[in-house]
Amino acid sequence: MITHYGYCDGSGEYYVVVDSDRCSGCGECVKICPEKALELVTEFIDLEDKTVAAVTEDKRKKIKYTCAACKPETNQTPCVLSCKTKAITCIWNPK
Amino acid sequence: MMSGSDPSKEEFWRWQEYHRIVPDIKWSSKDVITAGVDVGSVGSKAAVMVNGKAYSWGITRTGANSPESANKALDYALKDTGLKVSDLKFIVGTGYGRVNVPMANKAITEIACHAKGANYIWGPSVRTVLDVGGQDIKAIKIDETGRVVSFLMNDKCAAGTGRGMEVFADLLQIPIEDIGEISLTVEKEPEPVSCTCVAFAKTEAMGLLRKGWSKEKVLAAYTRAMAVRMANLINRVGLERELVVTGGQSKNRGIVSRIETILGVKCLPMPNWREDGLDPMVAGALGAALIGKALYEKAQKT
Repeated sequence: MITHYGYCDGSGEYYVVVDSDRCSGCGECVKICPEKALELVTEFIDLEDKTVAAVTEDKRKKIKYTCAACKPETNQTPCVLSCKTKAITCIWNPK
Repeated sequence: MMSGSDPSKEEFWRWQEYHRIVPDIKWSSKDVITAGVDVGSVGSKAAVMVNGKAYSWGITRTGANSPESANKALDYALKDTGLKVSDLKFIVGTGYGRVNVPMANKAITEIACHAKGANYIWGPSVRTVLDVGGQDIKAIKIDETGRVVSFLMNDKCAAGTGRGMEVFADLLQIPIEDIGEISLTVEKEPEPVSCTCVAFAKTEAMGLLRKGWSKEKVLAAYTRAMAVRMANLINRVGLERELVVTGGQSKNRGIVSRIETILGVKCLPMPNWREDGLDPMVAGALGAALIGKALYEKAQKT
């Protein structure tokens, strides 16, 4: 399951995308995120509980502010670079 | 009696709570009877399934207390069925208040449940599900088995959701169950309101009313703005047919038909929930009950 966390505004669309099928739940991205925007959660996939990375509940609707500093790094952000299984991507489609 | 007027007539936002039992389904203690309880921000829904077939459901308003709302919804679904909570083999809690469903054997996010529920209601051809709830909008892409492929939630607040519609029903003094049809009575579609925030959109609407716009025209402008937001969300997740709408706003013809116009596709037809069809508002609860059945059977095997 691919979850898009993000927003759409005058600059275009911006998403932090987590692919929970790829995510190993190692937690490297959680440790490295300078804004502490990520956490490990239990997700229910194919009748199994799996530990995966997700944007924290309280930051989900604040990506615009939380991820602003990393946004110009287009897809070379600490979370993306720390992920060994390439489960995280950051998408910015400027208008 | 406080005054001469009937207070229920003044609550334009108040939608009808109801429960339904599907006739022709008989259960015995040997059957796998499961339930899903979907505590949303505005509505609490519960559905009971017998061997994976929808048997009964109940829809109530969510109160200030989530566990109480969950109990109320489940009791409503069980009403007149002869079933007791103890007859249920597995109960799955879902929705905004899922962690507060006291009798649930497991809590699962509403995304997975709506996906399964939409697959159950409309069948395997569904690929895109737009769930318009009381407080948020979700666009979900699913495969032919009802498994979630990808998912996107609205980034803002209550704008364009069921609660926003309730606020407008109250402002314009039009019963909530009629706002969809009434918004479609305008001869020419007005420009959508520019504000997406419910509080600001309300102020904007009051300005338009003062300018002499009819209630219908203001409602059409608001509904249009909301439909544009929903269509954008669908486009962002990637529209793939067939498209369906679940959640309370699936009953709002004004929203659904405008989404169809904007996207240029028809949604799969709405089941006749007023008579004998399934209700897309209980999609999450139905999906939860189905997942409950799968989990129960899995536990039996091991």
